[in-house]
Amino acid sequence: MNAGGGTVPTGMFAAAAATFRRDVVLAFRRPGQMLQPVVFFLIVTTLFPLSLSPQLSQLRDISPGIMWVGALLSSLLALESLFRADLEDGTLEQWVISGQPLAVQVLARILAHWTVSGLPLVAAAPLVGASLAVPGTAFGTIMLLLGLGTLCLSGLGAAGAALTLGSRRASVLLSLLVLPLAMPILIFGARGVDLAILGEPTRGPVLLLSALTILTLSLTPWAAASAVRISLE
Amino acid sequence: MRGSRAGFRGGRVVSSKAVSATFRPPVTAPTQTGLQVQGVHLWRGECHVLRGVHLDAPLGTFWHVRGPNGAGKTSLLRVVAGFLWPEDGEVLWNGQKTRALGDDFGAQMACLGHEPALKADLTARENVRYLVGLRRAVEDTELDAAFARLGIADHADRPTRMLSAGQKRRAAMVRVLLSGAPLWLLDEPFTNLDVAGVELFAGLLAEHAAGGGVVLATTHQPIPAPGVRTLELA
Repeated sequence: MNAGGGTVPTGMFAAAAATFRRDVVLAFRRPGQMLQPVVFFLIVTTLFPLSLSPQLSQLRDISPGIMWVGALLSSLLALESLFRADLEDGTLEQWVISGQPLAVQVLARILAHWTVSGLPLVAAAPLVGASLAVPGTAFGTIMLLLGLGTLCLSGLGAAGAALTLGSRRASVLLSLLVLPLAMPILIFGARGVDLAILGEPTRGPVLLLSALTILTLSLTPWAAASAVRISLE
Repeated sequence: MRGSRAGFRGGRVVSSKAVSATFRPPVTAPTQTGLQVQGVHLWRGECHVLRGVHLDAPLGTFWHVRGPNGAGKTSLLRVVAGFLWPEDGEVLWNGQKTRALGDDFGAQMACLGHEPALKADLTARENVRYLVGLRRAVEDTELDAAFARLGIADHADRPTRMLSAGQKRRAAMVRVLLSGAPLWLLDEPFTNLDVAGVELFAGLLAEHAAGGGVVLATTHQPIPAPGVRTLELA
């Protein structure tokens, strides 16, 4: 029989690594598209200092909220494309019959998505912080918190994006699904940034956000995988 | 699982190696009966698309699935692939229910659908290497040989968006060819192909069946290959 005679089957993690690599390569072939969320983040967070009174103390007080709302909204922009192109060109079908566990493929997709959409936000955070009069000593913690928060949101967004694959104009529906679930991220994240600006210990929010991220990433790939299977019907 | 399998085996004609004198444990000697579709009924909304479809496709057979538009050719292939769940009936691979096999059955099958599953921003080679790589380790020499076989060796390193529709079909066929899967499900494989391409594809499919694989292909045109059996859907 010619079924894989003499060939080495690909392991689960090797396949996930291949998916991660391919997704990142694909994103870099379209750098303009990749940079849209981070530009959006910069613009939205700049609107606030322009529209509010330019008192530094006031800006510093509201900066945690501005940063987090800006980060959540700009992450949301990239979420809808998480599976849509792969559904339309048949790649999702190939995933399902590849013999690899679909949830692991989805997890690789989530991590790749975060690398190309979440990490640029993290990198832009000091710039936004500086424009909101946040002291430089808080930048490290802010970047850590934003990294965790956007990763968690990519996980939640994967489930939302997979569930809305069946509907044509899914972006609004996706926001309605994901934003309520993202509220804990906003609460702990903004509190953490607040504490970091005040120079107080931020261990609590960091640990809570880490726990939330681990919980999300260990559950949503399975939910998203089931939703992807349903979308193929 | 084992019980139903044994019962099923007893109910049909086993063509080869019926009983051997030496003891062979069932784990190392699975029944190589190929693909069976048993009484599949499928509804799409109000429409009863598949009405009790039967198909017995042992290893080494090449099936041409025919029928007018809307007869359920694509639906049948999607049921076999496990994308659609039939209301009634079973699909068996080597005597085991494909639903119970799960991901293991996926690895036994290569699909070519309406969409070629190629990313426009990647080259044909990158696309094929990724999709085949999900299944098994693939060498550059294998890729080169397969691209040459499909007559698109010169286009393997161009971005897929620059390829013509027929060249994309051929690139997708490279993926099927290298998949190493015994069961090939091809939905309208000859779309966009030139005359030489149709003959080339038909030859590859016949060769795969002759080598002990199973091929199910839907198409409206006659398949220029010997030994093709026809499944007519009404």
